Amino acid sequence: MQTAKLSKWWAGFYDHDVTWSFLHSPLTMLASLVTLLLVGAAFGAPYLTSYTPFEPGSLSLMDAFLPPAWEAGGSAAHFLGTDGQGRDVLAAIMYGTQISLIVGLFSVLLSVAIGIPLGIIAGYATGSWIDTLIMRVADIQLTIPPILIALMIDGVVRTSMSNELHEEMAIPVLIFSIGIASWPQYARITRSGAMVERRKDYIAAAKLIQTPAWLILLRHIFPNVVGPTLIVATIGVAVAIIIEATLSFLGVGVPPTNPSLGTLIRIGNNFLFSGEWWITFFPAFTLVILVLSVNLIGDWLRDTFNPKLR
Amino acid sequence: MSVVDIENLSIEFPTRRGILKAIEGLSFSIEAGEILGVVGESGAGKSLTGNAIVGLLEPPGRVSGGKITLKGRDITHLSENEMRRVRGAEIGVIFQDPLTSLNPLYTVGKQLTQTILTHRNISYSKAKDRAIELLTEVGIPAPELRFDAFPHEFSGGMRQRVVIALALCCDPSLIIADEPTTALDVSVQAQIIALLKDLSRDKGVATMLVTHDMGVIAEAADRVAVIYSGRLVEIGDVRSVIDAPKHPYTRGLMDSIPQIGQNLKYLPNIEGAMPRLDGRPDGCAFNPRCKMVKPVCREEIAALRATENAGQMAACWIYDGGHKYV
Amino acid sequence: MLNFILKRLVQSAIVMLVVALLSFFLFNFVGDPISNMVGQESTTKDMEELRDQLGLNDPFIVQFGRFVVNAVQGDFGISYRLQRPVEDVVAERMPATLELVFVSAIIAILLGVAGGLFTGLKKKHWFSKVILTGSLVGVSLPTFVIGILLIYVFAVKFQILPSFGRGEVVTLDSGWTTGLLTLSGWKAIILPSITLALYQTTLILRIIRSEMLEVMRADFIKFARARGLRQRDINFGHALKNTLIPVITVAGLQIGSLIAFSIITETVFQWPGMGSLFIQAVQFADVPVMSAYLVMVAFFFVMINLIVDLLYFVVDPRLRVEVRG
Repeated sequence: MQTAKLSKWWAGFYDHDVTWSFLHSPLTMLASLVTLLLVGAAFGAPYLTSYTPFEPGSLSLMDAFLPPAWEAGGSAAHFLGTDGQGRDVLAAIMYGTQISLIVGLFSVLLSVAIGIPLGIIAGYATGSWIDTLIMRVADIQLTIPPILIALMIDGVVRTSMSNELHEEMAIPVLIFSIGIASWPQYARITRSGAMVERRKDYIAAAKLIQTPAWLILLRHIFPNVVGPTLIVATIGVAVAIIIEATLSFLGVGVPPTNPSLGTLIRIGNNFLFSGEWWITFFPAFTLVILVLSVNLIGDWLRDTFNPKLR
Repeated sequence: MSVVDIENLSIEFPTRRGILKAIEGLSFSIEAGEILGVVGESGAGKSLTGNAIVGLLEPPGRVSGGKITLKGRDITHLSENEMRRVRGAEIGVIFQDPLTSLNPLYTVGKQLTQTILTHRNISYSKAKDRAIELLTEVGIPAPELRFDAFPHEFSGGMRQRVVIALALCCDPSLIIADEPTTALDVSVQAQIIALLKDLSRDKGVATMLVTHDMGVIAEAADRVAVIYSGRLVEIGDVRSVIDAPKHPYTRGLMDSIPQIGQNLKYLPNIEGAMPRLDGRPDGCAFNPRCKMVKPVCREEIAALRATENAGQMAACWIYDGGHKYV
Repeated sequence: MLNFILKRLVQSAIVMLVVALLSFFLFNFVGDPISNMVGQESTTKDMEELRDQLGLNDPFIVQFGRFVVNAVQGDFGISYRLQRPVEDVVAERMPATLELVFVSAIIAILLGVAGGLFTGLKKKHWFSKVILTGSLVGVSLPTFVIGILLIYVFAVKFQILPSFGRGEVVTLDSGWTTGLLTLSGWKAIILPSITLALYQTTLILRIIRSEMLEVMRADFIKFARARGLRQRDINFGHALKNTLIPVITVAGLQIGSLIAFSIITETVFQWPGMGSLFIQAVQFADVPVMSAYLVMVAFFFVMINLIVDLLYFVVDPRLRVEVRG
């Protein structure tokens, strides 16, 4: 009985258009696999590698500048080589990816947490002063690239904090700056969804039985508009990871003591001219693969669930 | 000779779960100066038929069988470029929504002259004269002034007149009007219908009037074809189909139109809904909703048969060789 | 029409005032400007005198008014880090950034529009798929990674193009320095401008493509086809003209973004422009330079938006009427 139910559910799942589309898009399947592997490697780092690249005591300058294992002079102990302080590049990448992912995910969560409520309120109250206020602010902010806003916020925070405190708070500050910098696009998408939804008859019916506005927003509008916003948020994660990497590369993001992929590329960039290419190449490669995979998944989600967004 | 002849037309959509037959075995013809009303529920395949005739089926939809003949010429499988020369020149098309049918960024004059110059090898000033003549013909006041106006400067009814003028640009022999009045106010609807009637009578144009509105059909059409779930179920003179519908579906349709002076507690309707393309029952597609259903209806589809009214045919097992045998 | 322009001008002025207010706050309340200006050994009395002298004890509105009046005249105070008037430093750096942005904008618009039209019109063509996959890779490559890659290939490996700087620069009579009149200047701008343009190219391309696909589904395109118009007239007349408004908007925004994104490119290529000046200012908490940069960038954005708004009128007759009425 139970198995029959399960197999029926499986048949339905397998036959579903979304599953079908996923199974017929090898690129999406590959991207999902790569993303899973990278996420696994990033958060499993303490169990997967014995190196602790960011504890200065565990490093030995004897191991500095070792090339990857397959190059002349490379060592099997450090598969992707080491950097100028003898840190294992592979381990550094695993921990760096972890930080990039954390900043990317949480900053998008923050943007969505700001953007969706504001968008729903603006869309439901289209034309009111609240709507005008929210959308004006969003419009003005949208004309300025998020990276510049994040830089500004980071700059302000930096001047009002001591250096030590800023180093400690770097990741929350980054999440805050990137999160604040990207909310308008989520507000816009949610607003346009809410504007369509609020004209529907069931909303009129809900109003008629005197459902309070907050309940209509929460129970009726929110579930109906959240989908497209979350699809765009997937691509937003890729963008947030790029912004984080860029800020770190510019030296205003995550400090070298606890580096993200961007910081690693910044460190490695100094050695590019002297020939130690692997110190910057592998973090950069990981970053590009990670962002590309997330973008591919986001693109597929958008095309599958909302062909109109194409 | 009829202007357009549709024989056994079939349209299908290949999908990953197999081929869906949207239209099957459809046949009708339209004479010069005649208006054929095509009615049916949304999704029955009315608009699809019109699109197939002008070669504008949206892929992956395709004509899978049958023949479309325009003035004796088989146009079923013309190349895109040959078909382009037929569209606008020999067949004029009118769509539902005049608000969205016109390009908002071009003046009405530009859209008219561009269409004329595409099909006719004449000078711009001749084309402009022709455009103004057309605007006059469809009843647009001060056409010389309106020539340089943009679509948004016209009212809905006037825009539909412009759309009709565009369809008439090159004196087509066939006009396909796809729900031409649905988006308009009732008072404007009557004017547009009158205009279409005049044009087809005066110019001898064959008109295919696609609509779901029986009132429009009663007002405008000479003959009417009823489509249900991709098949022609009844065709005949408009008066006899309206006064004495033969197919149970048409009968249901007519019964559900309220009559003035009738005193009913409930408006009769046809129970159930038209089956989806992938969920048609065996036999007649109407059998689950039919009150007169017989065993044979669940097994085989009836061919179009003559009924006791001359020229009126119905695809139902209750008719056999012109005589009702139930 | 005049009414509309006036309205937009007022709106732009308001935006500029808001930005000026932000930048004023930045200047006055983030950190203490006095302690940034005086040496370690100055007394509290000295600082109080300086404070009076600079008018920092005046009411808020007076201070802000003075800030705006100064800013309009291009006076943003003295850089903490360089100990020179900010306007001199900015004037020195501006030509480099504007030339870089100008060349990049041309590359991005040409490639983006061409690629977007092709992929929008020939959806199924194999080359469209190549372009689209390429554009996805382009979106996924952070600007600085592209820069590093280009430097590694063309400057380190093949050594055919310089990896940093503007090359030889000519000073014009107006004081404007240009690298576009020398061969080495052109050589130096190739890699940075490609780096800067690539991301914007992919954005413009994708938006034009999706607009084109959207318009091609519109009823009036179907009606144009039903009238037997030539495909060429439909594609490049009816469809293209209707995609122009979103395209102008996006192209305008992207040119604005180029100014901001030049921060990254300038850092990678050590390009002596406003962007690298700004990033140094952020690292050293050099507030006068930061606030000047903020006002400058906002000014460019507002100007571009104004131009975009005016272009709408040229393109869309519906707007002309609404304004007339």
